[in-house]
Amino acid sequence: MELLLASLIGVLTAVGIYLMLRLRTFPVILGLTFISYAVNLFIFASGRLVVNAAPIIGTGDAYADPLPQALVLTAIVISFGMTAVLMILAIAGHLEAGHDRVNMDQPEDRP
Amino acid sequence: MGHWIIVLVVLPAMVAGLMVLAMRGDLVLQRVASVAAILTLNAIAWALLWSATVQGPEAYFLGDWPAPFGIVLMLDRLSALMLVLLAGLALAVVLYAIGSGWDGRGAHFHALLMFLLMGIGGAFLTGDAFNLFVFFEVLLIASYGLMVHGGGGERTRAGIQYVAFNLVGSSVFLIALALVYAVTGTLNLADLAEKLPALPKGDMALIRVSAVLLLAVFAIKGALVPLQFWLPGTYAHAPGVVAAMFAVMTKIGAYATLRFGTLVFPPDLPATGDLVGTLVLPAALVTLVVGAVGVLGATTLPRLVAFAGIGSMGTVFLAIAAFTPQATAAALYYMIHSTLATAALFLVADLVTRRRSHAGLREVGPAIAQAGLIAALFMAAAIALAGLPPLSGFIGKLLVLDAFRAEMGLVWPVVLGSSFLMILGFARAGSRLFWSPAATDPAPHPVEGLAFCATFALIAGLAVLTLLAGPITDWLSATAEALYDPAATIAANRLGQEG
Repeated sequence: MELLLASLIGVLTAVGIYLMLRLRTFPVILGLTFISYAVNLFIFASGRLVVNAAPIIGTGDAYADPLPQALVLTAIVISFGMTAVLMILAIAGHLEAGHDRVNMDQPEDRP
Repeated sequence: MGHWIIVLVVLPAMVAGLMVLAMRGDLVLQRVASVAAILTLNAIAWALLWSATVQGPEAYFLGDWPAPFGIVLMLDRLSALMLVLLAGLALAVVLYAIGSGWDGRGAHFHALLMFLLMGIGGAFLTGDAFNLFVFFEVLLIASYGLMVHGGGGERTRAGIQYVAFNLVGSSVFLIALALVYAVTGTLNLADLAEKLPALPKGDMALIRVSAVLLLAVFAIKGALVPLQFWLPGTYAHAPGVVAAMFAVMTKIGAYATLRFGTLVFPPDLPATGDLVGTLVLPAALVTLVVGAVGVLGATTLPRLVAFAGIGSMGTVFLAIAAFTPQATAAALYYMIHSTLATAALFLVADLVTRRRSHAGLREVGPAIAQAGLIAALFMAAAIALAGLPPLSGFIGKLLVLDAFRAEMGLVWPVVLGSSFLMILGFARAGSRLFWSPAATDPAPHPVEGLAFCATFALIAGLAVLTLLAGPITDWLSATAEALYDPAATIAANRLGQEG
């Protein structure tokens, strides 16, 4: 379980960073989304991994920490909203400039 | 001060909502509401400053949940000072936006400004690390809207870079917060300050990692080298009035570094030791040099001002990095000064660029209308930012130099040399702009008295800061002392007591 989650976070982060370093806005947005997935899993894991336990004290021998779940919800909502804003900006930039390259100084550069 | 603390966060949010729902399309009504709200914020911020000075730190328990289980807002002298600075700057900015007509060039300028004030005010007030993240996001999402206000292809594309960069910063922030929670089980700043000294040795490495990650996030916000490269493009492409408002956003990075470096990771903490100061000091010195060289090499006026802003952040971070009460008082003084001076210079840059067909400094431009007055404002702001007497930049740099007597060999040449480079850069830009225009008659341009008044008000603020330097530095010294003795702040959170 721990190994699975840790490697999942690692793979998501690696994919996210690779995509983020591309020169077109769409892969960059995808990369940021992957990174935010990795971060969400990481926050979730910060409350320790407990299987088959309710997030309420007194319902069993073990209990899951409810706070990281609340934090993760906040983080998901915020990253979702931010991705939407970035998407709108990217579309506006694409419509105005006619291409979706990220770099500003040399428009003739290939991605 | 009871419930007045939360008003600083709730009032802008309510006014912004009203503007979007009820005042859509009515610019005059929006302007009235915006100015009225900011005047109220100014009054409350000054009242909170008075309260924090007389009665000491105070915590506001949201929903009356006891800390550390609920979220707290924490008012102390430092946060009250930042709030007063924020409200004062917002007043000048909104007057300039009205006077210059910037707020009419796109929809929802005033609503976005209100959301920005809510986010920044909340970030200065919060006593909870995760809530700091939430308020960062609130102010960022408002700043994204303001950044692309008025539209244009270049501006939108610069906006994409700004948003993407800050999204990465947010991810790093979340990782750092998750690490802190995993190790300590709390995110309340006062609770962290109590729990971290008793940390077992095995967990110290994790806390060090999260301290460095947090520092990286604050360095992104504060434009500290090597994480400064988002700033020149963003500020140079943003509308001038928005860039002036952003002058206080870099200070959030400095504020958060100071808050975490004194309350959560104080220099005597066994887990981190003087890690924060050791990392910030060289970065701040390089930031100063980069800012000064950027001023010298900038090709447009907004870029020049952006680099001057980076240089002044270098000075602020330099003084913070020492983590002594004397240096921190100097940092606070320079922070007030640098916010006002950078904002004033951004407004002057906007006055100039709206009167010229292009903002370039390389080629001779057309003569501009009202050149004499603008040149005088430019000179005053440039003198202040470069640190020449008689304005407050001189006193600020003097205080910083005085705090670094022990490390005279390293710090003094960098601070003085960078000031010299800045003076050169400003003098070159000023003479190119105002003394060697093409010999054509200037294109007529409306005078816009309100815009000039707003710019002049910021310069006047600098003059007040200079004239009252004695009382202000006394007050700031007491504030810095309180930061290094956080027992009262921690006690205000009433940890472990019900209700």
